[in-house]
Amino acid sequence: MSASASATARQTDEPALSPALAPVTNILLCGIGGQGVLTAAELLAAAAVVEGFDVKKTEVAGMAQRGGVVTSHVRMGGRVLAPAIPPGEADVLIGFEAAEALRAVTQVRKGAALVVSDLQIRPPVVHQGLFTYPDDPIGALRAQGWKVRVVPARAIAERLGTLKLMNTVMLGAVSDLLPVPADVLRAQVVEAFRVRKPALAELNGRAFDEGRALPH
Amino acid sequence: MNAVTDTETRRLLSGNEAVAQAVWEAGVTLASAYPGTPSTEILEVLGTYPDVTAQWGVNEKVALEVAIGAALAGTRAFCAMKHVGMNVAADALMSQTLAGVNGGLVIAVADDVGLSSSQNEQDSRYWGRFAHLPVLEPADAQEAHAFTLAAFELSERFLVPVLLRLTTRVCHVKTLVEIGQRQTIEPRGFIRDSRRWVMLPGNARPMIPAQFKRDDALRAEAETSPLTTEWKGTNARIGVVASGPAALSAREALPDAPLLKLGFSHPLPVERIKAFAAGVETVLVVEETEPLVEQELRAAGMAVTGKDILPRNGELSVAVLRQAGATVRGETLPVPAATTAPADVFPRPPTMCPGCPHLSPFYCLSRLRNSVLVSGDIGCYTLGAGQPWNAMDTCTCMGASLTLANGLALAKHGDDANKAVVAVIGDSTFLHMGMQGLLNLVYNRANVTVMILDNRSVGMTGGQEHPGTGRDLYGNDAPRVDLEALVKALGVKPERVHVADPYQLPELFKLIRTEIQVPDVSVILTNQPCVLTDRHKAHPALMVDEDKCTGCGNCLAVGCPAIQVVRRGERVTASGEVKALSFVRIDSAFCTGCNACVGPCGPKCIVPQGPAETAGQAVGG
Repeated sequence: MSASASATARQTDEPALSPALAPVTNILLCGIGGQGVLTAAELLAAAAVVEGFDVKKTEVAGMAQRGGVVTSHVRMGGRVLAPAIPPGEADVLIGFEAAEALRAVTQVRKGAALVVSDLQIRPPVVHQGLFTYPDDPIGALRAQGWKVRVVPARAIAERLGTLKLMNTVMLGAVSDLLPVPADVLRAQVVEAFRVRKPALAELNGRAFDEGRALPH
Repeated sequence: MNAVTDTETRRLLSGNEAVAQAVWEAGVTLASAYPGTPSTEILEVLGTYPDVTAQWGVNEKVALEVAIGAALAGTRAFCAMKHVGMNVAADALMSQTLAGVNGGLVIAVADDVGLSSSQNEQDSRYWGRFAHLPVLEPADAQEAHAFTLAAFELSERFLVPVLLRLTTRVCHVKTLVEIGQRQTIEPRGFIRDSRRWVMLPGNARPMIPAQFKRDDALRAEAETSPLTTEWKGTNARIGVVASGPAALSAREALPDAPLLKLGFSHPLPVERIKAFAAGVETVLVVEETEPLVEQELRAAGMAVTGKDILPRNGELSVAVLRQAGATVRGETLPVPAATTAPADVFPRPPTMCPGCPHLSPFYCLSRLRNSVLVSGDIGCYTLGAGQPWNAMDTCTCMGASLTLANGLALAKHGDDANKAVVAVIGDSTFLHMGMQGLLNLVYNRANVTVMILDNRSVGMTGGQEHPGTGRDLYGNDAPRVDLEALVKALGVKPERVHVADPYQLPELFKLIRTEIQVPDVSVILTNQPCVLTDRHKAHPALMVDEDKCTGCGNCLAVGCPAIQVVRRGERVTASGEVKALSFVRIDSAFCTGCNACVGPCGPKCIVPQGPAETAGQAVGG
C-alpha cells in the first residue's frame, strides 16, 4: 500500500490511539441501490462500536433502493459531530461499482485510499443509448492521479460460489486501511451472517480473507 | 420479539429505531402510522417489540385519529408520519389541539430535508405555531430516544399532543444510544366529559383562551428546559442558535463558536436566547429549512443573521456553515484542498426493477403517448415519468391522479381536446386517498380511464402491508379488501371494470386502447405483486436468440433493467434513412421471466432458456 493510503491505517508497530482521543476517520462507500452498500456500512459502524469509537453512519435512502446511486457515510473517532462527511474530507473511498467510484471521488481528500471493485453495471439509460458508460473508469481515476486498489470482487465471489459475497470481499480488501482492526471487522461480518443466514457465515469469512489477502 | 436484557445499556440505532425503542420504553399501548420516507422504519421496528400494538393506518389522518383515541382512553399513544402526511392529518390535529389529550400523545413528523424521496420540502415546525403545540427537535439518535421519553412526560403534564420533529439526518443516521427498560404506566381511564371532547362551538370557544394560557406555560417550560443546551465556545465573534442535526454540523464547522442548541424549540425561549446573544458579537441562526426562529427573534427586536446568508432550502451541511462563518467574519475561505474536477459520469436515476409489474402499463401508455394525458400519483410508478416511457404528465400528492384527471378531462381543449385522460395510481395510494377521487369521478359523470396498479404492497417505502395485502404489520393474516368489488361499490359500471395481468402485455395494450375510447369511468386493475415482496414468484429467465435478434431495440422501450445492449450498429432503410440498431442480451441474474418484453420484440427472438444457459448465472454487464 502507498504511504498516503496508509495515513488512516493502524500500523502494527505503533501503539493504538485511545478511541476516545482518536481523530475522526471518514469512510465513504458508494455503489448502486440493491447492491448491499448500506449493509456493508452497517458492519463497519458496528465494528467501530466494538472498538470503542464514537460513530455515525448515514445515507440518503428512499428511492435509492431502485437502482439509483447510493452513498453511505461512516464516520468514526473520539467524538463525531456532523452525520455527513464534508465534501473533500473522505479518508477512504470504497467503490462497489467502478463508475460510481469515479463519480464519488470528488468527495475524498488528497491522498485518500481508494479501494474499488472492477464490477461495471450499466444502467438502463446507457442501454437505451441516452448516455455512455466510461470505457475504463478505473483508468480514468488513475489518469486523475489517484492510486487505486482494484478488487476483482466479482471473480472472487464467483469462484467461491455466489455473487452475494462481493461486498464481503470488498470489506476484506479495505480492512488494513481502517482504524478498526481487520479481525474485529471480520468477526462482525461472520456474526451478522451467523444471525441472518447461518449457512453463509463461514463462506463470508473466507470471502473476507480472500479480499484481505489480495496483493497491493 | 425485541427485548432489552438486564445487562444491555447501549445499542447502535438509527434515529427511527431510537424513537421506536423509546416509545416502547415509555409504556405506549398503541402506535400507528402510514409509511413514508424518512419515517417508515419507526413503526416497522415497533412491530418487533412486545406489549405495544403497532398498526398501519390507511392514511395519516386515520393513523393520527386512532392514536388520539387511544390517548383519550387514558393510555400513552404514538403516531408517526412523513412531513406531507401531516398535511393529510392536519384536520384532526388542528381541532384536537384545543381539546388536548388525556394519556400522553406524541406525534413524530419526519421532514425530508433535501427531498431524497418526496414531492416537496416543507418545514413541519410550522405546525407547532399553527396548532399551538410544543415542538422538540432531536439532533441525532441518542437525542431522538431521550426527547421521545421527555415528550410523553411533557404531553401528560400539559395535556397536549407533542410534536417530535425529525429530519432525514436524524431518522437515517445510526449512532450509539443509551437504552432502558419499559416503564409501567398506569392507565388514566377515559374521562367522560362531553364538554371537553365534543368540539361543538360552545365547547370549543372557551378552550381558545385556555390554549393561550397553555402557550405561556409551555414557553416558561421551554425557557428552562434541559432539552435546550448551551456550548460555551471560546470565541464570541459568532454565537450560533441552532436546532436539529444542523446544530451538530455547526459545532463541527465553527468549533470555537458558542452555540445554543434548541432542543425544545417551540414555544421559542426568547429570554434565554437574548441572554445568550448578550455574550456574543453576531447571532447566527441555523435552522432547517424555513427562517422561523430567525423571524421570531427579529420580531422580538433582536438583530440576527440567518437566511440572509444561508441557503433557504436543503441541508445546512458543515461546508455550508463554514462558508457562512467566513461570511460573518468577512473572510474568504481557502479553496478546499480537494481534489478532482467532477468527471463527466452518466446519470444513474432510480429505475423500476427487473420484472416490475409497472413496466408494461407504462410501455403501453408510452405507445399511446400522443392520444392520452396521463395523471400520475405517488409511488414507484411515478418513475413512469422518466426514461424510457416519458408517460406521465402530472403528479402532485397522494390520490391526486384521479381528481386532477377529473379536472383535466373537463377543461382540456385545443390540441388536447381529443386526448383521452388516464389516471394511474397504486393500490396503497388508492386506499390512502384515491377512493374519494374515484367516487367523485363517478358522481360527476367524468370520462377518465383509471389504472390501479395493484402490486399488493406499499412498494416505494419497502413493501409494507396495507388493507389490500391480506396481512397486518406483524405479517399476520388480516381481512383483505376486494378492490374489484370496492370500485364497483363506488359506482363504476361492472362492464367497465377489468382485471388485467400486466405480464400479458399485448392484451393489456388492447384493453387500455379500448377503454380510453369509452366515454365513461373505466377501471383497469393490474394484478401482479411487487417483485421485491415474498408474494412474487419468479419464472425461469428468458434469453435472446442472438441469431434472430435484428437490433430493432423495441424491447428496450419496455424499460426493464435486465435487458442490456451488447453491440450497436446501423442499417440503411430502403428509403435511404439510417437507423440505429441495438443488439441485446438478457441478464439471467436479473430476469424474472415475466414475459413483458416478449410481446414488443419484433423478430420474436426472446425465448425461454435452454438447459445449457440456465446453468451459468451472471450479473452486471
